[in-house]
Amino acid sequence: MYRIVKKESLNPTVTLMEVEAPLIAKKAEPGQFIILRVDSNGERIPLTIADFNRATGTVTIIYQIVGATTQALDHLKEGENIQDFAGPLGRPTETEDFKKVAVVGGGVGCAIAYPVAKKLYEQGCEVHSITGFRNKELVILEEEFKKVSNKLVLMTDDGSYGTKGLVTDALKTLIESGEKYDAVITIGPLIMMKFVCALTKEYQIKTLASMNPIMIDGTGMCGGCRLSVGGKTKFACVDGPDFDGHEIDFDEALTRSSIYKPFERRAHEEVCHLYEMEVK
Amino acid sequence: MANMSLTKNEMPAQEPQVRNQNFLEVALGYSKEQAIDEANRCLNCKHKPCISGCPVRIDIPAFIQETARGNFDTAYEIISRSSSLPAVCGRVCPQESQCEQKCVRGIKGEPVAIGRLERFVADYQNTYGNTKLTKPASNGHKIAVIGSGPSGLACAGDLAKKGYSVTIFEALHLAGGVLVYGIPEFRLPKAIVQKEINALKELGVEIATNVIIGKTLSIEELQNEYGFEAVFVGSGAGLPNFMNIPGENLKGVYSANEFLTRVNLMKAYTPDSTTPIQKGKKVMVVGGGNVAMDAARCAKRLGAEVTIVYRRTENELPARHEEVEHAKEEGIQFKLLTSPIEIKGDSNGWVTGLCCQEMTLSQPDDSGRRKPVPLENSAFEMEADCVIMSIGTSPNPLIKDTTKGLSIRNWGGIIVDEATGLTSLTGVYAGGDAVTGAATVILAMGAGKTAAEAIDSYLKGEGAS
Repeated sequence: MYRIVKKESLNPTVTLMEVEAPLIAKKAEPGQFIILRVDSNGERIPLTIADFNRATGTVTIIYQIVGATTQALDHLKEGENIQDFAGPLGRPTETEDFKKVAVVGGGVGCAIAYPVAKKLYEQGCEVHSITGFRNKELVILEEEFKKVSNKLVLMTDDGSYGTKGLVTDALKTLIESGEKYDAVITIGPLIMMKFVCALTKEYQIKTLASMNPIMIDGTGMCGGCRLSVGGKTKFACVDGPDFDGHEIDFDEALTRSSIYKPFERRAHEEVCHLYEMEVK
Repeated sequence: MANMSLTKNEMPAQEPQVRNQNFLEVALGYSKEQAIDEANRCLNCKHKPCISGCPVRIDIPAFIQETARGNFDTAYEIISRSSSLPAVCGRVCPQESQCEQKCVRGIKGEPVAIGRLERFVADYQNTYGNTKLTKPASNGHKIAVIGSGPSGLACAGDLAKKGYSVTIFEALHLAGGVLVYGIPEFRLPKAIVQKEINALKELGVEIATNVIIGKTLSIEELQNEYGFEAVFVGSGAGLPNFMNIPGENLKGVYSANEFLTRVNLMKAYTPDSTTPIQKGKKVMVVGGGNVAMDAARCAKRLGAEVTIVYRRTENELPARHEEVEHAKEEGIQFKLLTSPIEIKGDSNGWVTGLCCQEMTLSQPDDSGRRKPVPLENSAFEMEADCVIMSIGTSPNPLIKDTTKGLSIRNWGGIIVDEATGLTSLTGVYAGGDAVTGAATVILAMGAGKTAAEAIDSYLKGEGAS
């Protein structure tokens, strides 16, 4: 069992949890993920490691409630336990050899972008962070990003905070104003990453995209997380989760990500219903 | 007087048209009377050829003689000396190509049903038995076993019986490896696997789940920081293979591993499971091994019309004869001498069909193997809304990528000395699918036992010097 030492609501749909997992905290690197199961009948889901503290032996996860499992996870309180918590899985994000990088995060993906930006910054790299949200209410990690970025551009779709527009608008403006990046690292919704990669391809800037496909074991056994990169089938859990953004078949990834949508919606509703009954 | 019947006692089983709609065990097991009757077919011959066909060298005639006398506890003790998983082996071993193939009674008529007797003895013990395995006195040596599948469990069991303090590291949340994620409930009930694992725990074996060696901890750390004097790597087969044909990443295309894991480990077959799974109406399973049969029979039970697509003939099907028979009885179709060339999908990315071509077998080559060759202009399409690829696996890269100095074959298998299981690293042994590529439960157990013996002599040798 893995104890939740801290739980904090970042916005109405996104929650942060710090979980006691000393072995994982000791090894974790930015870009890696864990697999958890909330209880003994639960589903295994991958969540990216948002932060880790080797001294206290804790790992931070940030999640958005999208399905039955994240709903059940959110039902747990500080001091309670998560049944299973395994990792760190996947390859760490490539951060060596970069002197100036644009980190582009979208929505809850910023939780994954943050540790990458932090590591780059600590390595002495010049970091320009662009974070995007639907509206002001959904903004997360603004202060954290400020601390590890030489420049931070915060975008909202509706202009209720920061600059109105998409992250690609901000990235394009920066590139056109003469900023020369060794790499762009992007993490967020697939559709956002697709357009970020299309933009950087025009300017021929090396781009890494962090993929978060459907996954079961996370160790290379099931093959559920496969995607096409440069025409070859790759497994996100052992070959990724980061891939060359100009090689990824985003349209296929978008299609595959919708496999269980109807099922998830139904399961989510059922779990919500169960919790409502419990409250009554 | 021996029972001279030419045929085995038939195995009671659920009716095919009933069982293909439930996940309860197919074969029901012998009664006491049937077991004694079958045991009496054993001639107890002097040269005991059956033992040489058993990868874990069970004293088969001895346990059968005790069974014939009704001494089921003693029979169990005899099996337990060699096997840590008798209830499992009695169910999933390919006996027809091992012990039973060597049985003298098989020369004229059917061999003694050794597997069914093993299963009976183990089940009898599980239900009524009082044979308690006693925890041996500790010899103070610590051994790490990576992976809790058949090879790891066999290795851990043998070492624990010798007094070693053994810790098994398992990447998943549940111990058992392929026995729990791969082999379906109707062929190997999970409660039986759990009982055998519990028996190992009673011997003092510790199981650390959710620990991924190569990620959470390295082999080097196990040896240097945690003080394990020897390590056995039984990490299994790993990455599923795909054919690299168009359409393989469409929605509704599964690897057999993913499909079986969802069904078995994550219990998608139970009505209250939250595990999502695509329940196809027309399912094509590509491949002809035991895993393909398991996937096909699971899909059938989830309500589909199922076809197995295999590129050779029935004679070359790598699956156990009994599994093929069971699958046929349950209504699984076989499309033989057929190989997929493309998977078709609709505009939403869902599978709609499987394009195949007909094959023929070539003249035997130098190795005597007849290769499947495509027939010209033979392409055709079959309707399908789910395709399960079951064409084998390649070794997982996690351990090779994180263990310096570990010699690996070009296809990814760990190189070991066959007689001992020793790898290129001092104190590190390996066995099972991680070494051989996908094989059988009993071969993996054999490799685990071999390594356990080698680890024992290695550590005793060190103690003496």
